[in-house]
Amino acid sequence: MTDSQVSLGTEDLALWSALRRHTQARIGLGRAGSALPTRHRLELQTAHAAARDAVHSPFDPDLVAAGLTGMPTVRVRSAAGDRLTYLQRPDLGRRLHPTDRAHLPTGDWDVVFVIADGLSSRAVHEHAAAMVRETVARLGSWRIAPVVLAEQSRVALGDDIASTMRATTAVVLIGERPGMSAADSLGAYLTYRPTPGVTTDADRNCLSNIRPPLGLTYEVAAGKLAGLMGRARELGATGVGLKDDADVPLLEH
Amino acid sequence: MSAYTSTLGGERHRFDSLARLLAAASPERSGDRLAGLAAGSARERVAARWALAEVPLAAFLTEPLIPYETDDVTRLILDTHDTAAFAPVAGLTVGEFREWLLSEAADAATLAAVSPGLTPEMVAAVSKLMGNADLVAVARKVRVVTAFRSTIGLPGRLATRLQPNHPTDDPAGVAAALLDGLLLGSGDAVIGINPATDSPKAVRDLLQLLDGVIQRYAIPTQSCVLCHVTTSVDLMERGAPVDLVFQSIAGTQAANASFGVTLGLLDEAYEAARALGRGTVGDNVMYFETGQGSALSADAHHGVDQQTVEARAYAVARRYDPLLVNTVVGFIGPEYLYDGRQILRAALEDHFCGKLLGLPMGLDICYTNHADADDDDIATMLTMLGVAGASFVICTPGGDDIMLNYQSASYHDALYLREVLGLRPAPEFEAWLGSIGLLDERGAIAAAPGAHPLTAIGRELAA
Repeated sequence: MTDSQVSLGTEDLALWSALRRHTQARIGLGRAGSALPTRHRLELQTAHAAARDAVHSPFDPDLVAAGLTGMPTVRVRSAAGDRLTYLQRPDLGRRLHPTDRAHLPTGDWDVVFVIADGLSSRAVHEHAAAMVRETVARLGSWRIAPVVLAEQSRVALGDDIASTMRATTAVVLIGERPGMSAADSLGAYLTYRPTPGVTTDADRNCLSNIRPPLGLTYEVAAGKLAGLMGRARELGATGVGLKDDADVPLLEH
Repeated sequence: MSAYTSTLGGERHRFDSLARLLAAASPERSGDRLAGLAAGSARERVAARWALAEVPLAAFLTEPLIPYETDDVTRLILDTHDTAAFAPVAGLTVGEFREWLLSEAADAATLAAVSPGLTPEMVAAVSKLMGNADLVAVARKVRVVTAFRSTIGLPGRLATRLQPNHPTDDPAGVAAALLDGLLLGSGDAVIGINPATDSPKAVRDLLQLLDGVIQRYAIPTQSCVLCHVTTSVDLMERGAPVDLVFQSIAGTQAANASFGVTLGLLDEAYEAARALGRGTVGDNVMYFETGQGSALSADAHHGVDQQTVEARAYAVARRYDPLLVNTVVGFIGPEYLYDGRQILRAALEDHFCGKLLGLPMGLDICYTNHADADDDDIATMLTMLGVAGASFVICTPGGDDIMLNYQSASYHDALYLREVLGLRPAPEFEAWLGSIGLLDERGAIAAAPGAHPLTAIGRELAA
C-alpha cells in the first residue's frame, strides 16, 4: 500500500497532483483492476464513517450546558422519540414533546438561543456553547432568555419554543447534515417573531459552515449573527427582506 | 369511488379508494409513512395486494387517482391513452397482468407494442405485486433506444453520465474532473454538470466549456448543464450551444408547478431544442430527472403513494421522446427512502415502470450521509440494475459529488459493471475511445493510457 496508485506512472502522478489544485473532487485515483486502489477505498470509508458517527452519536446536553458558564438552561425534547424516528419523521422533529412544553418559562425576552442537535451532535458539542457566548457578548442590552437545549430537533422546533416563551427572536444553532469533507459544521438560523405552522424557511436567515478553523470562526460568525439580529429588529423581519450579508439558506434541516 | 375489500385469516380489510388500495399495497418505505399513507400492518399490506390482484387493469382508466378536472398530468395520461395498443391486456386483472409480463409471450416486440396502451397507474400497480427479481426479469426484456450524437439503450450496452460538478463552477476544476471521467471511459450518455447557480451567464460559460471539449476531440456525446427549462429556452434564443434541455419533473400538476414547470413550457423548450438540429445520429433532445418523494416534498401528492406518483412523472416524460430519463433514487433522504433496502426497491420499481412506459431509464444510484446506506449498497444496486438492463448510470469522481454533497456511483463502478456483465459503451463512443487509444486489446478501458492526447486538457490546466 505504499504506492497504491496502481496504474499511474510518475508523469501522471505529477499531472494529477497539479490538477488537484483546482478541485477537491476525488480525481486521478488510479485503478486496481476496475476498482479503486485500497488507499482510496479506505479514504472514502473514513470520510463516510465520520459523517455516520456524527449523525448517530447521542446529544449530550450536560456537555453543552457546562460550556455555557453561568447561563441558565432549559432542556426539551422534540416529539421524535429516538434517532430512527427523527431521521424518518421530520414533522415530529419540528414539534415539542407533549410533556416538555411545561419546562419552558415565559418572559419578556428579546431573544432565545436554541441549541439543537440536528444532524450532527458533534458539531453542537464542539461549537454551539462558544457561539452562544461570543454572540451574547455582542448583544449589549438584549434581554436574553434561558438557553434551550433541544434533543432530536429540527430548525422549526425553535418556532414553537420561541413563541411559547414569548421571545421576539429565535436563534437556532443546529448540527448540519455531515458531508464527506466536514462532519462538524454548525448552522445558525435566525427567525423574527416565529409562529409555528405559519413561519416558513423563507422567513429565516442562515449562517452556515461554522466550524473553526476550517470554516467560519466564532468571532466572524458571531459578528455576522449579531449584526443580522440588530438589523432584523430594526426591520421587524427576517428572511428574504434581510438577505444582504447572510448566506443562502440551507435546503436540509 | 369504489371500495375494495379482502379477507385474510378471518380478518376483513377495507380500502376506500383505488389510491388507498395502491398505497396500502406498496412495499414499505418511510415516505409513505411520513405521508400517513402506508399500510398499518404487514397483514394489511398483503391484504391490499390480494385485493389489488383482482382489480381489472381497465379500472385505472375509469377511476383516476387525481381528478381529471384539476390535474393536467391526469388529463395527459387519459387523453393520450392508446386503446388499440391496450387491447391485448385490456381484459386482464393486475394479478394476471403480472403473470403475462413474466411469460414468454411478452417478448420485447410485444412489450413495445403494448406500451402506449399502459398508464403509469397500471404499471405502478403491477409493480406492487412483483418481487425484486420480477422487476429485473421483465425490465430486461424491454428495449428503448434513443440517440443524439450517441445511441443509448442498445442490447449489451451501458452508457454513463460523466458528472464533473464543482461547488463554485470553477472551469479548471470542472475540466479536471471531466478529464478524469473521459480517461475512465465515462460520458457516453451525457457530460452533465449541476451548476452552482442558475444564472444564464454561469450556465452559458459551462456550456461553452463542454462544447469546446466535445468539438476539439470530436467526442460523440452530448453536453447538458442542468438548469431550469426557462434558462435553457433563454440561452437557446441567444445562440448558446444547448444540446439537451434538462428539467426535473414530477407526477402531479401541483408538484410540477413547485418546480416552476408547466407542460406548455416543456412543449416550448422541446420544439426549440429540436429546431437546433444539433444531434447527429438522432433527435432525442430532452433530459429529465425524477425521484420518489418529490411530490410529497412539495406537498402535492394528493394522497397517492410515492411510487405511484413517481410513475405518473413518466407520463410527462414520454410526451417528449427524451434521450435520457434519470431517477435520482437515493438523493432525497431517509424520510422518503430510509435505507439501502428501500432505495434498492425504489430503483428497481422506477426502472421497471419507466421502461414499460417506453422510456430510456437510467439511474443515479446514490445515498446521502443521513440515510442508512453505504458503498456496498451502491454495488448491490448497480449490479441488479445492470442485470435489469438500465440504459445508463450517473458516475462521479471516486463516487463522491463535492457539489451536491452526496455519494453516487464512481467511474470505477461503471467499469466494474461493464466488466462483470460484458456490457460495452454506446457504439459511437466506443469507436471514439478506440480511435484515440483508450481501449486495450480486449476492448476494455486501458488501465494505463500513457501519454494520451486527451491529457493535453490536463497539461494546459496544470501549466
